[in-house]
Amino acid sequence: MARDILLAGVILAGFLGLEFTGLGSSGLLDFAIRFAIFGLLAMSLNLLIGTTGLVSFGHAAYFGMGAYSFGLLMQSGGWSIPAAIAVAILATALLALVVGALCVRLSEIYFAFLTLAFQMLLHSLILSWIGLTGGDQGLMGGIPKPAFWGIELAKPAHLAGFGMFCLLLSVVLLRQIIRSPFGAALRMLRDNPDRAGFLGLSVYRYRLAAFVIAGAFAGLSGVLMSLYVSGAFPTFAFWTTSGEAIFMIMLGGIQVFLGPLVGTAIFLLLNDWITALTEHHGLFMGTILLIITLGLRKGLLDFVMEWRAARRRAAP
Amino acid sequence: MSGGLLELRQLRKNFGGVVATNDVSLRFEPGTLSAIIGPNGAGKTTLFHLITGKLPVSGGEVLLDGSAITGLDRTEIVRRGIGRAFQVANLFPSFVVRDALAAALMAHAGRTASLARSFPPRDVAERADEVMELCGLAHLAGTESRHLSHGDQKLLDIALALALDPKVLLLDEPTAGMGPDERWRMIERVHGLWLARGLTLVFIEHDMDIVFKISQSVRVLRYGAVLAEGTPDEIRRNPAVIEAYLGEEHAL
Ligand SMILES: Nc1ncnc2c1ncn2[C@@H]1O[C@H](COP(=O)(O)OP(=O)(O)OP(=O)(O)O)[C@@H](O)[C@H]1O
Ligand SMILES: [Mg+2]
Repeated sequence: MARDILLAGVILAGFLGLEFTGLGSSGLLDFAIRFAIFGLLAMSLNLLIGTTGLVSFGHAAYFGMGAYSFGLLMQSGGWSIPAAIAVAILATALLALVVGALCVRLSEIYFAFLTLAFQMLLHSLILSWIGLTGGDQGLMGGIPKPAFWGIELAKPAHLAGFGMFCLLLSVVLLRQIIRSPFGAALRMLRDNPDRAGFLGLSVYRYRLAAFVIAGAFAGLSGVLMSLYVSGAFPTFAFWTTSGEAIFMIMLGGIQVFLGPLVGTAIFLLLNDWITALTEHHGLFMGTILLIITLGLRKGLLDFVMEWRAARRRAAP
Repeated sequence: MSGGLLELRQLRKNFGGVVATNDVSLRFEPGTLSAIIGPNGAGKTTLFHLITGKLPVSGGEVLLDGSAITGLDRTEIVRRGIGRAFQVANLFPSFVVRDALAAALMAHAGRTASLARSFPPRDVAERADEVMELCGLAHLAGTESRHLSHGDQKLLDIALALALDPKVLLLDEPTAGMGPDERWRMIERVHGLWLARGLTLVFIEHDMDIVFKISQSVRVLRYGAVLAEGTPDEIRRNPAVIEAYLGEEHAL
C-alpha cells in the first residue's frame, strides 16, 4: 500500500511537473484548486464505484447541492465559512440519504438510471426555481468570503491551499473508511452481495451508508467549486459533470485507492492542452479517452498494479 | 460448538408444477456424518436451500435442536447455527484468504459498523488463523481468493461456513469438479474437520466410493422424495436403490 501511494505520488508529480514546464496554459494555483475540486469529486464517487460496487450516474447532484447550498448560505449573510461548509455538507448528506433510500435497493442498471433521474430532477429544479437559484444564469453577484482563522479565501493562494487541505483531509478520511471493518463490509458487498447477506450483513443499510458518505464528500467538493467560481451554476448538477467524474475514475483506475486522483490529473491536463490547441475540444477529448480506456481496458493505475502483480506471481 | 440435531418434517417445495421436494422427513442426529445421494435433479441442492432459508418452503418444517427455524430470515438461520458451503464456490474474489475469513467472522458477529478501527482487528485475525490452520489454508493466507485453485476455493468456501462455528454444516458436493487425488485429499480434510469439531455434518456427493467409505448414514433422494435411508451397507443392499441409482457396480 505504501508503495502504491508512492507510485501514485510519482505519477502525479510527473504530471504536475509537465504542467509547469510551459505546456500548461493555466497557472499552478488555478490547477491546484481545480485538482482539489475534481480529485475530491472523483475520490468520493469511487467510494461507490470502486469500493462498494455501486455505479452511480448521478453523482453530480451532490456536487451541485453542495455548491448551491453553500453559495446561498453565504449570500444570505451572517454565516462564517466553516459553519456554512458544515451545513452545506449536512444538507448534501441529507439529500443523499433520501435519494439513496429510494435507489440502493435496486440492482445495477436500475440503480444507475434512478440516480441519474434524481440528478436530472435536481437540475431542472435549479433551472426552474429562478427566485432562489437564479435559474440558468446561476447564483450571481459573487460569494462573500470573509476571512476565518487567518485564511482569506478571496486570495487565490489561500484558496488553493485550502482546497488542497480539504482534499488531503478527505483522502485520509476515505482511506480510513475503506480500511475499517465498515470498509471491509462494503468490499464484501461489492464482491458478493449474496454471500455477504448470508453472513448477516444488511446489504441495504451498508449501501445506503456508503451512498451518504460519498454524497457528503461530493458536497464538500461542490463547496470548493462555488468558492472557486464565486457562484454556482446549473451545469454543476448536469449529467456531464457526473460523466466527467466517471471518466476521471476510469482513466486513473478504480481498484487502486489513489487511482481517481491520477485520473483527475490526466483529465484536467488533457483538457487544458486540448483547449489551448484546438476548438474541436469535445471531439479530441472523447477520442483520447476512448483510446486510453479501450487500449488499457482499465484505468492507468489498475493497469500498472495488475501488471506488477502478474509479474510477481510469475516470478517464483 | 458441538453438533446440533437437525430434523425435517414433511418438507415440500414446488416450482410451479415441478415438485422438487416431496414430503421429505429426515432426522440428522447430533454429531453424525451423513451423506445425501441421488441422481441429478433429485432435489438435493433444493433441500439445502430450504434448510438454510435461501428458498421459502411450500410446506413442512425444519427444526434445529427441537425448535422450528422454518421461514426465518437466512441470516438468522446462520446465527442459530446452520452453516453451508455451496456447490459452486461462493467467495469474495478480491479478498485474500485471511481477510475473507476475518470479514465473515466480523459480519457474523455484527462488528462491521466501526469506522475508526482498522481491519482486521487482532482478535479476529487470530481466529481467522485458527480456521485456516484447521482447514489447511494457512500457507495461502495472503492469496486473493480469485487466484486460488479450484480445490482451494471449495476449501475456502467450507472454511467461511466453518468460521461461524456452526452446529450443523451442510456441504453441497465438496468434491465437485476435482480430479481423483484432489477428491480424496478434500474428503480427508472434511472428515478431519468433522472429527475435530464434532459437528453434525451433512454432505451431498456423487462419488459412491467416498460416500460408502466415510459416511455413517446415507439418505437417497429421487424425484424430490426419500427413496431410502440407512447405513452404507444397508443402502448398498437395498434393491430399490440399486435399481434406481447405484447400478450393480457399487452393490454388495
Ligand atoms: N429455482 C428453480 N426454479 C424452478 N425449478 C427449479 C429451481 N431450482 C431447482 N429446480 C428444479 O428442481 C429440481 C431439483 O433441483 P436440484 O438443484 O435440487 O437438484 P440436485 O439434486 O441438487 O441436482 P444436481 O445433482 O444436478 O446438483 C430440478 O428438476 C430442477 O430443475
Ligand atoms: Mg445440486
